Amino acid sequence: MCGIAGLIHRGKSSNVGQELQGMLQALKHRGEDSTGYALYGDTDGQNFIMRFKVGENVGEGSSSVMEDVSVYDERKKIVDSYLSQMGAKIVKEERILPYSLRYEIDYDKGDLLEFSQKIESIPGVEILSMGKSLEVIKDLGNAKTVCDRYNLGDLVGTHAIGHARMATESGVDIKSAHPFWGYPFSDVSVVHNGQLTNYWNNRRILENKGMRFMSECDSELIAVYLAEKMRNGATLEEGMKDSLSGLDGVFTYFVATKNSLGMAKDTMAAKPLVLYESDDLVAMGSEEIAIRSVLPQEIDTYDPFDGEVKVWQI
Amino acid sequence: MANLKTTEKKTKAQSMGLHTEVLTGKTQQKFFNPDEAENFYYWGTYDVDFNKRTELDVNDMDCKEANKKIDELMSQGYGTIVIKNPQGKHSLGVGILNKLNLIFEGSLGYFGVGSIDGPTVRVNGRVGWSCAENMMAGKVVIEKNAGSCFGAAVRGGDLICKGSVGARTGIDQKGGTIIIGGDAGAFTGFMMQRGRIVVLGNVGINLGDSMYDGTIYVGGKIGSYGSDAIESPMTKSDIDWLKRKLKVAEIGEDFNVSEMTKVVAGKKLWNYDALEPTEKKGAI
Repeated sequence: MCGIAGLIHRGKSSNVGQELQGMLQALKHRGEDSTGYALYGDTDGQNFIMRFKVGENVGEGSSSVMEDVSVYDERKKIVDSYLSQMGAKIVKEERILPYSLRYEIDYDKGDLLEFSQKIESIPGVEILSMGKSLEVIKDLGNAKTVCDRYNLGDLVGTHAIGHARMATESGVDIKSAHPFWGYPFSDVSVVHNGQLTNYWNNRRILENKGMRFMSECDSELIAVYLAEKMRNGATLEEGMKDSLSGLDGVFTYFVATKNSLGMAKDTMAAKPLVLYESDDLVAMGSEEIAIRSVLPQEIDTYDPFDGEVKVWQI
Repeated sequence: MANLKTTEKKTKAQSMGLHTEVLTGKTQQKFFNPDEAENFYYWGTYDVDFNKRTELDVNDMDCKEANKKIDELMSQGYGTIVIKNPQGKHSLGVGILNKLNLIFEGSLGYFGVGSIDGPTVRVNGRVGWSCAENMMAGKVVIEKNAGSCFGAAVRGGDLICKGSVGARTGIDQKGGTIIIGGDAGAFTGFMMQRGRIVVLGNVGINLGDSMYDGTIYVGGKIGSYGSDAIESPMTKSDIDWLKRKLKVAEIGEDFNVSEMTKVVAGKKLWNYDALEPTEKKGAI
C-alpha cells in the first residue's frame, strides 16, 4: 500500500525533520517495513553532503544477507581513498550507524556522474543522496524508529518528502526503501506510491543510455526517468508531465529539488493524495491525517485530479 | 399455471437420472407468530428524539471507540449528535441504521458514514475516499470537497458534496442520487447501474465508463465519454426533477438545468431490463 507525505515552507524555514516524522507516523498503518526521509536542510551551500551506506540493516524483518561488520570498515576505507583520488576533501565525517555514514565533502568538479560511478563501483556501497541541501535517510522500521535512530528531530529546513513502505515487489532492505536520489543530479529526490507496470522495459532503455539502477524496486524508475529527462535539457516540470505517458501503471509521486517540490498523479487517479495549499505552506499526503499532524486546525484540503502535475517553489 | 402439463412430464435431465432431489414445496410454509418480537426488531436501531442533543469530542478516540460511543448515545435516545474534532479520522459514523441528525464539526478520513440506512448527516469539512459507501437511505451533505469513490455502490438516499470530488464518483452506484456542486474527476459513474449523478461543474475523462444504467447530468465540460456512455436529449421531466432535487439539496437552486448534458448507457444488456420494470426504475 505505502504512504507518502511532503511539505514545503515558502519564505521561511521550519523544523521539517520533526514535522515529517509526525506526518509519516500518522501513515504508519500504510506500511512500516521501512521509512525514508528526504530533508532539505538549511546549509551554507559550500560543501556537498553525501549520505551513503556500506552495508544493509540485517535486523529483524530484513531480507538482506548478514555480513561481518568488519567488511563495513573495509568498504569505508576504500570510499575514503577514492574520494582522495578524485580530489574530494572530507570536511566532516559522521558514522551514525555501522553501515550508515554522512560526509560533508569539499568537491568542486561538479561531475557527479563520474563521482558516483567511482564510489558505487565498490561492492556493497550505495550513495543514498548527494547534494548541498538534500539528505536522504532511510532504514527499516516506522517513522519514529528511523527518526530516533538518526536523530532527525532537530533538522531545520525548508521542505521535505518521505515514505512509509509496505514492501510488495522487492525486499525489505534499505536499497529498496524510498526516497530515491535522482542520480546523478544534486539535490533531487523522489517518493512514490503505486505500481509501475513498464518498469523492465523502461529500465532496459535507460540502462542502455548509461543510467544506473541500484535496486529492483519499480519506484526507482521514476527518479532515473526524471534524471534522464533533465540530463537532456528538460525542466523538472516538463519531465514530470512526460512521465504521465512514459510511465505505465498507477502512481502518485513527489519529487523535490533544492528549491522546489512537485507532485504528479497518474491518469487513472488510482492512488490517493490529499493536498493543502496556502501562501506560506504546502502539505500533502496519502491521507488527510498526515496533514493533520502539522495542521490540527480546520483547513481546506482537496484531492488533485487525474493527470495533474504541480510544482511549488520555496 | 399454463405449463402444468409440462411439469408432470419428466424433463430430459430427470429421465437421465440427474435429479434425485425430492421437491416438497414447503419452503413458503414456515409459520410464524406475528407478535413475535424478533420478526419486528431491526438490529442496531433505536428510538431517538431529535430534540435530544449532545456533543461528542472524538479527538482522543480511535474510530472504534467513537463509533461505539455514537451507538451508545443513540441507545440513550439522543437524536442529534454533534461530533467535535474528527481530525480526518477514518471510518467515523459507519453502520448507523436509524434516523439520526449527525453533524461532524470537521473533516473525515476514508470510509466516513459508510453503510448507513436512514440518518441525516452534515459534514462541516472535507471527506476522504469512499464516503457513504453502500448507503441505503438518508441524506449526507458535505460542505467542502470529497475524495475519490464518493458514494461508491450507494443504493438509495441523497449524497451531496458542495465542493469538488475526486475520481470514480458513484462507482457501482445502484440507486439514490449523488449531487456535486463543483467538479468531478475521471471515471465518474464508472460501472453505474442505477440512480442519478448530478455534477454542476466539469467532469474528467471516461465519464460513465461501462455504465449499465442510470443517468448522469453534467453542467460543465466533459473530459471524454467512457465506453457504453452516450449523450441523450434532456426531457421536461429531467428538467423538472433537477430543479426540484437541487432545491431540496440546497445547492445550485438558480442553476440553468436545461443547459445540462444528460448521459445514459448506450448499450442494452440482453436481460437487464427484465430485472425491474421501467416504471420502478424511474421511481428510484
